[in-house]
Amino acid sequence: MTETEQRAGTRPIRVLIGKPGLDGHDRGAKIVARALRDAGMEVIYTGLHQTPEEIVEAALQEDVDVVGLSILSGAHLTLVPAVIDLLQAQNMGDVVVVVGGIIPEEDAEELKKLGVKAVFGPGTETDEIVRFTRASVGRA
Amino acid sequence: MSLGQEILRGDRRALARALTLVESDPHAADDIIAEVYPHTGHGIVVGVTGAPGVGKSTLVDRLAGQFLARGRKVGILAVDPSSPFTGGALLGDRVRMEGRGSDVFMRSLATRGHLGGLARATPRAIQLLQAFGKDLILLETVGAGQSEVDIMGFADTTIVVVVPGLGDDVQAFKAGILEIGDIFVVNKSDRPGADQTMRELRQMLHLGPQRTWLPPVLSAQAQQEIGVAEIADAILRHSEVRLTDPEQRQRRMQEAERLVRDALADQLVRGVVSRSQADGRWNEVLAEVAERRLDPAGAARALHLEQD
Ligand code: B12
Ligand SMILES: Nc1nc2c(ncn2[C@@H]2O[C@H](COP(=O)(O)OP(=O)(O)OP(=O)(O)O)[C@@H](O)[C@H]2O)c(=O)[nH]1
Ligand SMILES: [Mg+2]
Repeated sequence: MTETEQRAGTRPIRVLIGKPGLDGHDRGAKIVARALRDAGMEVIYTGLHQTPEEIVEAALQEDVDVVGLSILSGAHLTLVPAVIDLLQAQNMGDVVVVVGGIIPEEDAEELKKLGVKAVFGPGTETDEIVRFTRASVGRA
Repeated sequence: MSLGQEILRGDRRALARALTLVESDPHAADDIIAEVYPHTGHGIVVGVTGAPGVGKSTLVDRLAGQFLARGRKVGILAVDPSSPFTGGALLGDRVRMEGRGSDVFMRSLATRGHLGGLARATPRAIQLLQAFGKDLILLETVGAGQSEVDIMGFADTTIVVVVPGLGDDVQAFKAGILEIGDIFVVNKSDRPGADQTMRELRQMLHLGPQRTWLPPVLSAQAQQEIGVAEIADAILRHSEVRLTDPEQRQRRMQEAERLVRDALADQLVRGVVSRSQADGRWNEVLAEVAERRLDPAGAARALHLEQD
């Protein structure tokens, strides 16, 4: 890091990737975690079977910019609103929330109304996820 | 209310934000540290180190459970390497943590380069957790090289974790890790060869320099929570021995010296660099060194003499 960067106090984007609920599909979450790391971000991976409470507590303690939820179980309409409510309750409404996995189109619209910034389905290029994450946080 | 005051009142969000500050720019946190410093230094800082995958995080989690049950207030710092190429990091130690809600405060720290930055951020991160009220801090780092030993210098009790067999323990001993361990844990003792590894370790420790505290070698299966209570007991015993040690005051003085020296070096460098940058001398001198017209030490001398 150069002196100038140091003075500007730049820090990498911090992202928490969580798998809420009983969903055991973790390939997508791991691929996205690695892609974001390779793009220079600090990625906290929580592992499987997290409750919304655990995810939000981890996001708070890790002071992340982004919370990414990976859900392929179909339970997104209960899990995602729970996470968003808990974030709000902790005064963390400024944290960017994104969701990936198997999410039907109409549900994706519903989640966006609740405050989810983007929903990424199967086949999404990781480059697109990296670009979106940078743009939504406003840092490299 | 200042961030420091909020931390002292037990605000978790304030603690999290202050940790971000000490990680990103040590100086941004100078005033916070100044505010909370009188409320730091208590309790026990336990370093847990060892090769990748030996079970450090699992052990840290089980120890956290043990100490919570014993009425301690537990904080965890888990350090993982940043990629030297991209600066990114995958911080995966939380995967091993059982949900303990907000009872345990855990923070994952990336090394962010090797310029001593982490060595500077670590004592501050510990101080913030202590100011917040934590009196048992578990500090996990991957055992690899000198920065490791630096970070472990901030722990009161250092646990070195190894696993049976494969000779990788021998490598760990070579790396000088034998000297920094106050407690040795042979984890995954469900695997063959645990007894032999324990024997070898004990022998090597007996060969080492005489110390008032002979490091115990304990076996564990962190995953199954076997042997964890004994490790917690050993930590508390080591802590008592340490506190009654007549050299304790001297050690505190050494620690203080290191912290003040670091801060001094830091402030002086920043002062000289920012003033040289302001009057344009910085880039001139860098160019002279790059073109071999001036040596680096000579350049440094010129820069700070010019400013006196
Ligand atoms: C592989 C697979 C499995 C493997 C999982 C292995 C593993 N460790 O991950 C195994 C065989 C174990 C499995 C089991 C089951 N599966 Co399955 N499985 C699949 C399959 C074929 C591919 C999933 C996958 O890995 N894709 C590759 C990754 C890279 O893609 P991805 O996860 O979608 O991730 C991408 C995006 O979604 C997004 N993304 C994902 N997460 C995140 C997170 C963030 C932060 C961001 C930004 C983006 C993002 O970016 C990624 C890159 O593009 C899908 C079908 C499908 N085509 O999706 C079914 C599927 C997900 N499975 C399904 C089912 C029903 C099951 C089982 C219940 C089957 C059963 N009856 O036993 C079990 C449940 C297991 C459990 N405990 O949860 C259903 C789910 C139906 C639903 N949601 O309504 C699917 C959709 C198949 C189907 N069409 O019915 N499965
Ligand atoms: N067989 C066995 N496996 C264990 C034991 N303790 C932990 N493990 C497993 O060892 C693997 C690594 O454990 P971690 O706790 O992540 O190890 P670590 O040292 O923190 O790993 P890094 O942080 O990646 O260096 C996991 O799959 C654990 O479940 C044990 O006592 N026996
Ligand atoms: Mg670990």
